[in-house]
Amino acid sequence: MSNSDVDRELKRLTRRGFLTMAVAAGAGYAGWKWLHTRARDGGLEWPLRKGLLANERLAEAYFSRARLSPSFRPSDITRARLNGRLGLKSPIDLDAWRLKIEGTASTVALTMDDIRALPRHEQITELRCIEGWSIIVKWTGARLGDLIAAHPPAELPKYVALETPDRGYYVGLDIESAMHPQTLLAYEMNGSPLAPLHGAPLRLAIPVKYGIKNIKRIGTIRYTNIRPADFWAERGYDWYAGH
Amino acid sequence: MKRLVKKHPLAIRWFHWLNFPLLAVMIWSGILIYWAYPRYANLPQTWWRALHINNHLPQGMALHFFFMWLFMINGVLYVLYTLFSGEWRELVPNRHSFREAWHTLLHDLGIRKEAPPPRKFNGAQQIAYTGVLLMGLGSLLSGLAIYKPVQFSWLTKLFLGYQGARFVHFALTVGYVLFFLVHVAQVIRAGWNNFRAMVIGVEVQEVPDVSLVINDEQQ
Repeated sequence: MSNSDVDRELKRLTRRGFLTMAVAAGAGYAGWKWLHTRARDGGLEWPLRKGLLANERLAEAYFSRARLSPSFRPSDITRARLNGRLGLKSPIDLDAWRLKIEGTASTVALTMDDIRALPRHEQITELRCIEGWSIIVKWTGARLGDLIAAHPPAELPKYVALETPDRGYYVGLDIESAMHPQTLLAYEMNGSPLAPLHGAPLRLAIPVKYGIKNIKRIGTIRYTNIRPADFWAERGYDWYAGH
Repeated sequence: MKRLVKKHPLAIRWFHWLNFPLLAVMIWSGILIYWAYPRYANLPQTWWRALHINNHLPQGMALHFFFMWLFMINGVLYVLYTLFSGEWRELVPNRHSFREAWHTLLHDLGIRKEAPPPRKFNGAQQIAYTGVLLMGLGSLLSGLAIYKPVQFSWLTKLFLGYQGARFVHFALTVGYVLFFLVHVAQVIRAGWNNFRAMVIGVEVQEVPDVSLVINDEQQ
């Protein structure tokens, strides 16, 4: 090839290469714009919501009740952090409080004594907030799985919904996470009865989920086969939020 | 006399140029997540607001957990390609690479006159390109340790726990930014012929005019 042949060939390859790159960059930019202009589903562009759902199916397929959140020593316990007063703003009469269970043949209303009568479990686990921070907490309470076994629905549902008495906060759980041995209905935190802002008289401690699922001041537990509403999932977050 | 020499295979060019926006989206969405708990370094809220980073944690997470698959697939395909094409031989450092990288560094800083050998990738490049790939693997593993710290608790333990994994994940991201800065500076220094080769695959080389010499001998 002579020098002029080389120049011609180089010009051709250069034009082709940079054109391809420009088209690819344009397509990528258009795709990014497209993604951000999609209709929202629970506060999130629907393709991203579909992405979260696909990840959820994968996580559910892999999930095992036998895999535990690591346990820590008492000396590892960190200072408790207070984050969120959703569902705690209305006044509460702890003596009149009952845990309602819905979705059984007839609605059940349990007292704290009923819940304390269930086998007592203690665990020191990490609570990981969706914001990124984490704390080590000692929880004492009854397994949600034991409560479900004591007050069983007609057949095991797909989901469990939990709500504060005023329904100011509510979460949904897949049944596998609800039945996990470390999913506790906690009435003590770091060896003391739950403080009001930590969810007295009864809250959820669920280390297989982000902190957002650790609902405080539980009023109602409902068995359902319809995916329950979830406060933060309605505001752009992942419904599953599982670890 | 000029001639065109094949330099970068088409597949490598695609992997390289796809990785750029994919990593950019991963870093951007990572920053959206980081804002919610700026543990290692913080900015005034007015800055976060000016950069439109504040209050986008859910979008950041959803983007991160969507594009992570594309980022991973592109990386895995790149590794498989280099393995099966034999391209890895040019990329993986050997026992001479570290010495050569040191000489290259001295040369780039203007301390040493002698230029690195005119191979496709010199020792410094081999170390940098293999190193950044291992960093990518580190990001995938530390990311999984953060994403599923119960299902993969053994992995989270390897990173000394949840916050340890978060730190590694963050530090690697700072590493990509530093890599990018040096990489772009070196590309600018190396010039247009080198950069164009990453787009079109071929490089122009000056060669002695062999055909004329042969003709002379024949006469």
